[in-house]
Amino acid sequence: MSGVHDMGGVHGFGPVEPEENEPVFHEEWEGRMFGLMVSAGRDYFSRAAIESIEPTTYLSSSYYEKWLMALEKVMVAKGVLSPDELEGRTGYFASNPGAVPSKKEDPKLASRVRSGMYRQRRPRREATGSSKFKPGDTVRARDIETMGHTRLPDYVRRRRGVVDRVYGVYDFPDAVHGSDGVPPQYVYNVRFLASELWRESAEPGGSLHIDMWESYLEPAGRLEGVS
Amino acid sequence: MSKDHGGDHHPEPEPYPALRTKALESLLVEKGLVSSDVIDELVRSYEEDIGPLNGAKVVARAWVNESYRLRLLEDGTDAIAELGFGGAEGAEIVVLENTPQVHNVVVCTLCSCYPWPVLGLPPTWYKSAAYRSRTVMEPRSVLREFGLELGEKVEVRVWDSTADIRYLVLPERPEGSEAMSESELAGLATRDSMIGVQKAKSPATVG
Repeated sequence: MSGVHDMGGVHGFGPVEPEENEPVFHEEWEGRMFGLMVSAGRDYFSRAAIESIEPTTYLSSSYYEKWLMALEKVMVAKGVLSPDELEGRTGYFASNPGAVPSKKEDPKLASRVRSGMYRQRRPRREATGSSKFKPGDTVRARDIETMGHTRLPDYVRRRRGVVDRVYGVYDFPDAVHGSDGVPPQYVYNVRFLASELWRESAEPGGSLHIDMWESYLEPAGRLEGVS
Repeated sequence: MSKDHGGDHHPEPEPYPALRTKALESLLVEKGLVSSDVIDELVRSYEEDIGPLNGAKVVARAWVNESYRLRLLEDGTDAIAELGFGGAEGAEIVVLENTPQVHNVVVCTLCSCYPWPVLGLPPTWYKSAAYRSRTVMEPRSVLREFGLELGEKVEVRVWDSTADIRYLVLPERPEGSEAMSESELAGLATRDSMIGVQKAKSPATVG
C-alpha cells in the first residue's frame, strides 16, 4: 500500500509546466511559512504529516499550503498549541487586516537555528558492522507492508537492480512497529534498468538510480545486462 | 492567487493560508519556539544569497580546474565546501557528471529533495506531480518538454533522491566557451542544467 505522495510512474499528470523567472516565494506568507518550518526544526518537521494529508487535498494544495497543514498538525499533536487557539488567532487576523504577527527575538534560539542551517553536519553514522551488499551485487527491492512513512517507493518494489555504491550508515526513517530504537542501516545506491522497471513501456537505453536502506533489499539472482 | 504585492492602497482580503500563517507565527513566537529575526533572515538568505549562482560557481570551477573537477566527483560535499557552500539539505552532496554518452537528471518522486546550498529552493515544477511522476518513467519525454532532445545512443540516468544524499549535475562544458573566464562560465551553468533537464547555455546565446 502506498500513499498519494508516492508518485513515481503514476499516469495522467500531464505536461511539466515551468514558470518563467519564477520568484523564490510567490506570496509573502510562503516565505514566512518556510522560515517557520525550518526554524521550528527537526522535532516539528514531519514528512509523515505531509504524506498523511487527505489525498485529494494533497493533490490540490500548493507546496507551502501542505507545509502549513503539516506544521499545524504536528504542533497540535505535540500539544504546543490547541486548534481553538489557532482558530481564534486566525479570526483575529481576518478581522484586523493591518495586524502583524507578534515579534520576539531569542538569541539562543537564533544561533541554534543558524548553526543547524549553515554548518556542515554530515548525517552519516559510524558503521558498527559490515554491509550486507557490495557494488555489483544483484538485489531485489522488497515489497514491505509498512506502518506509514517509508522511503521505499512503490515503483521499484519487486524489481531487480544492481548495487552501484555503498554510501554508509544512516538513520532509518520509516515508521515501524514500536518505532523507538530502530538502528541505523547501510544505504546503497541501486541501479535499475528502465526495461526492468517499466517493461514494454520503457524508453530505450535508460536506467534509474535510487538510494535504498539495507532492509529494503534482498539478494536476487544474477541479472544479465546491467553494469 | 493574487500576485499583487503593492496592495498598500487597495488592500484585498488576505487569503486563508496567509492569515493562518500569521496566526501560527504569532503563537509560535509567543510560546518561544521560534525567533522572529531568524524567520526574517531565512527568507532573505533564500531569496538573495542561497541559490543556483552557488552551484554555477562550483560548475565553473570544475570546468576550468581539472583537479577540482576530480575532487568534486570524488567527494562532492568537501569540494563544494571549499567554495564555502554547505548546510541544510546539502549535508551530503554527490555530483553527477554529464558526458556525451551519459545524461543524468535528478528528481524526488516522494517529496521534493533538492540540494539547497548549491541550488536554493526548488522551483514549483520540480515539486509538481507531473515532474515527480513522469521523470522516472519517461525522462526523454520530460526533457523534450524542456527543449532537450537527446540522441538515441545517450544513456539517460535518472536519480531519485530518496535518502539523505542530495544530487547535483555537472553539465558538459559548452562548445565555444574555451576562451571564457571562470566567472563568465558561471553564467552558462543554469539551474536547469544542474538539475539535468537542460544543457548548459551556449556562449552564443549569452549577450
